[in-house]
Amino acid sequence: MNGLVIDDVSMIFTLPDGGEVHALQNVSLHLEPGELMAVLGPSGCGKTTLLNIIAGFLAPTAGQVHLNGRQVTGPHKERGMVFQQGALFEWMTAAENVGFGPRMGGATRAEIAAKVGHLLDVVALREFADEPVYRLSGGMQQRVALARCLANDPDVILMDEPLGALDALTREKMQGLVLKLWKDTGKTIVLITHSVEEALFLGERLVVMAPRPGRIHKAFALPFADQGVEGDTRAIKIQPDFIATREEILTMIWEMEEEIMGGGNTG
Amino acid sequence: MADRKQPSKLAVWLGVADNPFTRQKTVKFGDASAVNSGRLWSVATVAALLFAWWAVTRWGLLDPIFWPPLDGGLYPWDNPARARPGVVDRFASLVVEGYRNVPLWEHVWTSVRRVLLGVLCGALAGIPLGFAMGLNSVARGLLDPVVEFIRPIPPLALIPLVILWLGIDEAAKTFLLFLAALFIMLIAARAGVSSVRISKVHAAYSLGASKPQVLRYVILPNALPEIFTGLRTSMGVCWGTLVAAELVAADQGVGSMMMVAKNFLQTDVVVIGIILIGVIGFTIEMLMRALEVWLIPWKGKG
Repeated sequence: MNGLVIDDVSMIFTLPDGGEVHALQNVSLHLEPGELMAVLGPSGCGKTTLLNIIAGFLAPTAGQVHLNGRQVTGPHKERGMVFQQGALFEWMTAAENVGFGPRMGGATRAEIAAKVGHLLDVVALREFADEPVYRLSGGMQQRVALARCLANDPDVILMDEPLGALDALTREKMQGLVLKLWKDTGKTIVLITHSVEEALFLGERLVVMAPRPGRIHKAFALPFADQGVEGDTRAIKIQPDFIATREEILTMIWEMEEEIMGGGNTG
Repeated sequence: MADRKQPSKLAVWLGVADNPFTRQKTVKFGDASAVNSGRLWSVATVAALLFAWWAVTRWGLLDPIFWPPLDGGLYPWDNPARARPGVVDRFASLVVEGYRNVPLWEHVWTSVRRVLLGVLCGALAGIPLGFAMGLNSVARGLLDPVVEFIRPIPPLALIPLVILWLGIDEAAKTFLLFLAALFIMLIAARAGVSSVRISKVHAAYSLGASKPQVLRYVILPNALPEIFTGLRTSMGVCWGTLVAAELVAADQGVGSMMMVAKNFLQTDVVVIGIILIGVIGFTIEMLMRALEVWLIPWKGKG
């Protein structure tokens, strides 16, 4: 089967004191190549654990993940990862970071230079190629991280709250860039976020997860990502449809949290 | 309305006036950045110390055996019979003629060379061992008891044993400094390995890096700031250890020069040695800091 298949995955962490935490329970998902799925949920719902399992950093307690028919057993360059922040190599320049994957794969100097030049153009950082990454702003660093991931031409891009540490304005602009890259490259993308608005805007599909045990609560198919590729970001976010869906999901998460807290008067 | 008149640059540099930014702050007590350099007072301190040194010996308040005169103290109106060499004159003669047939720079270089050699050997052995301990549980298990046992022992406590084993020649000193540097470098390298953020390692594997590539391109550069801090600490500790070792037994080096001078009651040479040791230690520290800024500009910016 083509695409990314998550088949009945469960994850149980054993704590040092012998207790157990059900981080994920019977999670099944199927992404066709080129789909963009946003995963949303309150903290502790296992969404990062799910991403780490897809990336191959964790082996699930039960169940399997397959990509294009091959089982995931460890990290591989077919599954690129964009982290929240602090995963760039600060001892390298922007260009060296972007060229890291091809260089590890034994590409020639000329091949690396061509690819890096192109990708730095894509993320509009050409003039910062030779800057050490620690001198770049948070938004620029995340653009380097996106370019670094694309340089390996992965089948799937896994994003773990990649815009979470950015200020609100930069974040809006970056959402537009993520959509553009998704449409231009046709990559399969799994995006973890705790921003309802971001999940709605970017997710062609949206999965809301519930905690304890981490599981899929509800799945949506959404039209906004397609509109966002062409249209004006701000206009989409004030559409009645967008606002109604946002309220629906916010209410859902709110109730979920109330339930966890025992329905108490948690403000 | 605040006073708009700005203090002169000289006044700010001397620290008798706050700089224009600090002048705008209303909360100064408790704000460390509002405490200015007070350079004028530093100049005053140095001047007062030098004057006191000059004065106590000039007026014979201290016996030269306990504290040498700053200068010869022979002025045109002085009785030539009172002439005796001061520290300044002695320093000049040490530079020109040397001490006991060995030029001063050779004493200094002998000491510095021993430190550099000891730190180099300690780093060459300690860094790989520290990496092994940080990356491999067998290595950690094997080395941990030794490291934890030797770590709290001051290197000076090893001097008697080292003398028993290797005598008092160069090999003994190098070995002592090697031991002093080894454990500092080992612990620094281990800490450097442990400090790598897991997302960087994950990112490298996801980009297709192999284990050796992760070691070479992620873990090693990530550990360099800690390794450099280890080098700086080793230099300081080795310098202190070496001077002590030279005081115990040596035929060359700043420490040995001072011990010989003590036997001849040449307090001025002893004092010059003390000042030299301070100046060299300070210079090493400054050079290492400059090297760090130059070689590891990304330190603390991950």
